[in-house]
Amino acid sequence: MSFALIFQIAKTHLLSKKKQTITAMLGVTFGIGMFVLMISVMTGVNDYLTDSMLESTAHIRMYNDLESSSRLSIAEELFNAVQNMVTIAHQKPKNIKLNIRNGMQIVEALKNDPNVAGVSPQLSSQVFYNYGAVQLNGSIAGVNILDEDKLFDVTGKLKSGKLESLLATNNGIIMGAGLAKKLNAKVEDRVQVTTPFGTTMTLKIVGTFATGNGVIDNVKSYASITTVQKILQRDPGYITAISVNLHSMTDAKRFAPEFQAKYGVKSEDWETANAVILQSFVIRNLMTYVVVTTLLVVAGFGIYNIMSMTINDKMKDIAILKATGFSAGDIVAIFLVQAIVVGVLGASLGLCIGGTLAYFVSQIPVDFGEFSSMTRFPVAFHLIHYVSGILFGVGATCLAGFLPSRKAGKIDPVQIIRG
Amino acid sequence: MTTPVLQAQGIVKYFHEPETFAVLKNVSFEVQKGEFVSIVGKSGCGKSTLLYVLSTMDTDFEGELTLNGTTIHGKSQDELARFRGEHIGFVFQFHYLLPEFTCLQNVMIPALKLGKYSREEIQERAMEKLRLLGVAEQADKRASKLSGGQQQRVAIARALINDPTIIMGDEPTGNLDSNNSKVVFDIFRDLAHTYGQTLICVTHDQEFARATDRTIEMQDGEIISHGN
Repeated sequence: MSFALIFQIAKTHLLSKKKQTITAMLGVTFGIGMFVLMISVMTGVNDYLTDSMLESTAHIRMYNDLESSSRLSIAEELFNAVQNMVTIAHQKPKNIKLNIRNGMQIVEALKNDPNVAGVSPQLSSQVFYNYGAVQLNGSIAGVNILDEDKLFDVTGKLKSGKLESLLATNNGIIMGAGLAKKLNAKVEDRVQVTTPFGTTMTLKIVGTFATGNGVIDNVKSYASITTVQKILQRDPGYITAISVNLHSMTDAKRFAPEFQAKYGVKSEDWETANAVILQSFVIRNLMTYVVVTTLLVVAGFGIYNIMSMTINDKMKDIAILKATGFSAGDIVAIFLVQAIVVGVLGASLGLCIGGTLAYFVSQIPVDFGEFSSMTRFPVAFHLIHYVSGILFGVGATCLAGFLPSRKAGKIDPVQIIRG
Repeated sequence: MTTPVLQAQGIVKYFHEPETFAVLKNVSFEVQKGEFVSIVGKSGCGKSTLLYVLSTMDTDFEGELTLNGTTIHGKSQDELARFRGEHIGFVFQFHYLLPEFTCLQNVMIPALKLGKYSREEIQERAMEKLRLLGVAEQADKRASKLSGGQQQRVAIARALINDPTIIMGDEPTGNLDSNNSKVVFDIFRDLAHTYGQTLICVTHDQEFARATDRTIEMQDGEIISHGN
C-alpha cells in the first residue's frame, strides 16, 4: 500500500515538472554518453597500437645468442699462457655458427607441445638488394610462409601478390613495400641478392607487404627457408631463430625460461624484448584511467548537483509529507524512485548516444599512407564499457538522490516550514 | 471528570539563533476532548512555537507532552511521523498543499500513507470530506489552480481525513479575507460542536478567539490566562 503510494508520488513529481526531469536526465545522458565515447575511442586507439606493435612480435623468440668466445687460443694453451708470456698479434675471434643446433627437431618438439599455439622457424641474413643501378642494404627472412602467416598474419599485410606464390615459385620473395618502392621494383620483377659471404642469386618478387613499421617495410623480404639456405649455401635444417606463440601472451614470461632450459637455446619473451614498448602501454593505460576517472567524477558531480537542486526545490513538500505522517524512509524512497527512473533512462540514453557517436567516429576514414594498414579510426566496442557506464550512471544518480533526501528526511519538518 | 487528550507539563524551549533565549518558559496546560481552544498573544510570544511542539513536529524541547495518553518524549522520528499521521491534523497559515497533485489526491495521501482503509474507501472518505467543506467540485483540479480560500478548505479536509484526535491550526485564517475567514471559522465550530472534534488554533484574530470555547493567552513565553 505504502509502496504504491510512494510510486504514485514519485511519478507525479517526475511528470508534473517534465522540463526539470528531462534536464536531470540529460545531465546523466551527457555524462555517460561522453564516458562511453571517450573510453571507446581511447581503448580503440590503445588496442590498435598494442596490436600493431605486438603483431610482428612473437610471444617467445628462440635464437642462438652470439658470444665471442673468450677462451684461450691454441697457441696460448700450448705454451701455457698462465705461466709464460705469450703474445699473439691480431687475434681474431673464432668462427661461430649462428644456427640453432637441431633446430628442426626443436621445432617439431615445440609443435607437439600443448602449451604452444604456433611455431615458425626462421633463417635470416643481412643481404644487399641489387636492382639495376640501385643497391640497398636489407635483410631476408627465410620462413615457412604458412607457419609465419599463422603467427603474424602475413596475408593481412600483403599489398600485392599472393602468399601461395612463394610456395609455388622457385626462388621467389615477398618484399617489404618500402623496399620495393626504393628499388622501384614491382611484382614479377627480378632482383639480385648478395650475401655477406659474397654469393649472389637472382630472386623473383611474387608479392609485397606492409606492416606500417618502416623499420621492417624498408628492409625486409620473406623467402622460403630453402631459398635462403641456398643463398647462404647452408645445408637443410640450418635455421637461426624460432618464433613461438603461446595460447596466451601473458604466459610468455613463464614459459621462456622453461624452453631455454629444455632445449638449451636462448629464449626471450616479448616483455623482456620490448621493455620500452611495455612501459608505454602501462603509461597509456594509466592515462586512459585518469581521463575516464576525471570524466566520471565530473559527470558524477553534475548529476549530484541536478538531483540535489531538484530535491531542494521540494523541501516544502517534504515538510508537508512529514507533517502528515511520512517517515524519513518514505521520503528517501520517494526520491530514490525518482533517481532510479532518471538514472536508468538517462544512462540508457547516454549509452545509445555514446555508442552512436563512437560508431560514427569508427567510420571516419583515416589515411596514414600506403604503409599503414589503418583505414578507419580505431574504436573499441566492449560490453564492459556499457555495463560500467549504466552502473555508474544509475549508481551516481541514486547516491545523488539518496544523500540530500536522507538529510531532508531527518530534520524536523518545522525547521523547513519556519524557513 | 473527562480525561484530557492533551497534557503539557513544564514545556521549555530555547532558540539558539542568534543567541540562546527561552521562547517557552515552563508552559503547562491541558485540553479536554471535544474542546475548541484558541491560543492568542502578541507576535513573538511563542504561541506558534508552542503549537509546533504540541504537534510533535518540533522535538527540540524540554518538559513532558502527553497526547491521547501517549508520551511523546523519546519517540523516534519515524514513530512520531506515524503518530502524527494517525492523531494530528494540521492546518497551516498557508495552505501547504502539494501543488502537483489534485485536491482529491492531496486529501487522500495522508490516509493512503496510514493505510487503514483500502484505496476505494479512502477515495470515498476524501470526497466526503471535500463535500463537507464545500469544495467537492474542485476535487480533480490541481491544488495550485485553486483560490486561497478554496486551498485552505482543501487543507482542512486533508487534516480531517484520518479522523485525528486533535486538529491544530496555525493561524488558519491569517491569510484569508474576512469572508473566507468566516467560512473557515464556521467549519471549525461546526466540527467542534457537531462532530465533537478537539481543536487547538493559534490566532491573531480577536473575533475568532472570542468565539472559541476557551482562549489561552500567552505573553513572553508564558501562559498568562488559561481562560477558564
